[in-house]
Amino acid sequence: MTAIVTTDLAKRYAEVNALDGVTLALEEHRIHGLLGRNGAGKTTLMKLLTGQVFASSGSMEVLGGDPVENVDVLSQTAFIQESQKYPDTFRPIDVLRIAAGAYPKWDQAYADRLVERFQLPTKRLIKKLSRGQLSGIGIVVGLASRAPLTFFDEPYLGLDAVARRMFYDELLHDFAEHPRTVVLSTHHIDEVANLLEHVVILDQGKVLLDADTDELHDAALTVSGRADDVDAFLAGREPLEHTRLGSLATATLAARDGDERAAREAGLDISPVSLQALFVHLTTANASATDPATPVATA
Amino acid sequence: MLDDSKPLFVAVAEQIEDGILDGSYPEDAAVPSTNELAAFLRINPATAGKGLGLLVDAGVLIKRRGIGMFVAPGARAALRERRKLAFEDQFIAPLLREAAALGISPAELANMITKEVAR
Repeated sequence: MTAIVTTDLAKRYAEVNALDGVTLALEEHRIHGLLGRNGAGKTTLMKLLTGQVFASSGSMEVLGGDPVENVDVLSQTAFIQESQKYPDTFRPIDVLRIAAGAYPKWDQAYADRLVERFQLPTKRLIKKLSRGQLSGIGIVVGLASRAPLTFFDEPYLGLDAVARRMFYDELLHDFAEHPRTVVLSTHHIDEVANLLEHVVILDQGKVLLDADTDELHDAALTVSGRADDVDAFLAGREPLEHTRLGSLATATLAARDGDERAAREAGLDISPVSLQALFVHLTTANASATDPATPVATA
Repeated sequence: MLDDSKPLFVAVAEQIEDGILDGSYPEDAAVPSTNELAAFLRINPATAGKGLGLLVDAGVLIKRRGIGMFVAPGARAALRERRKLAFEDQFIAPLLREAAALGISPAELANMITKEVAR
């Protein structure tokens, strides 16, 4: 089954198209990565899908229904936001109590374990907590809610590398035991690449890439060697990036069948392109394509 | 820990194969479950499952419903044969290429190998 379907979804603010023609189908029981630079439209998309803002045009179906003011859908959806605001008098314990009532599948024992693991002070006023502790509350709510559809929007601002890894381990472990649909938006692409089964990259409000991570491994390759050999290999193709140092050159390009063999026969070194590198290449190439002032290749 | 020059699920399968070849997983012994592998390698369970599936399709692992996956009888010998076939491509060819680039003759190379073996 598909958890999320959007068709030509758009959100326009006075001057900007925050989202423009977004058509997606996200399958259930998967961990999806929603990647993009700041302002690419990730948060807007998640707000639309959780009924927090209204679409300008297009349509969407979340867990089989329209999310807008739909209790059936929203009670099965958890949205952990980067900048979640709480009332001044709230303590973490109040947030957890409300979450326990709001989510039908809430697991209190699991929440207690997570609170301990992330060392959260549950009785201190929330406004006195550090940024990392605030993120910790979001993570506890997002995981212990066991919501069939869970959005994490940059869930770990202020968390150090150890706590982030704890989050990844908990997410993987709990996801394996209680399969559900997770949409994870983050800038820490290298850290989450292996956790994701499917990736959507948004750029300037549009879908730049929508693919399973397995396929992405073969989507691009980097070749390097003597500049003449690299030029001959490229032979009129448009690389995502092309740099030259003296008589040596490196080029990254969208892969075609037979590229690896051809590159090897030309005596070039081949290296894989990580998700993070692919993301940087694609969004950079896209920015230069719409801005003629920036050259595509840095020769 | 995993070879990043290959798709992740292929690297997962090869890691299990390595374990079978070096005797970590003897024939008829159980290999880790999808979820155990996913947690240990910190990868998506679907990817881990796909890696194990590859080995089931190749007859290296046998699935016993409700119990788990086990190393198939004869898997070790079969894997060794398959790896031998790939050995030339993966190791000999690049070795010769690098030797040629450095001006090392085949005779010199053979000499170096013999010396290294004796050490």
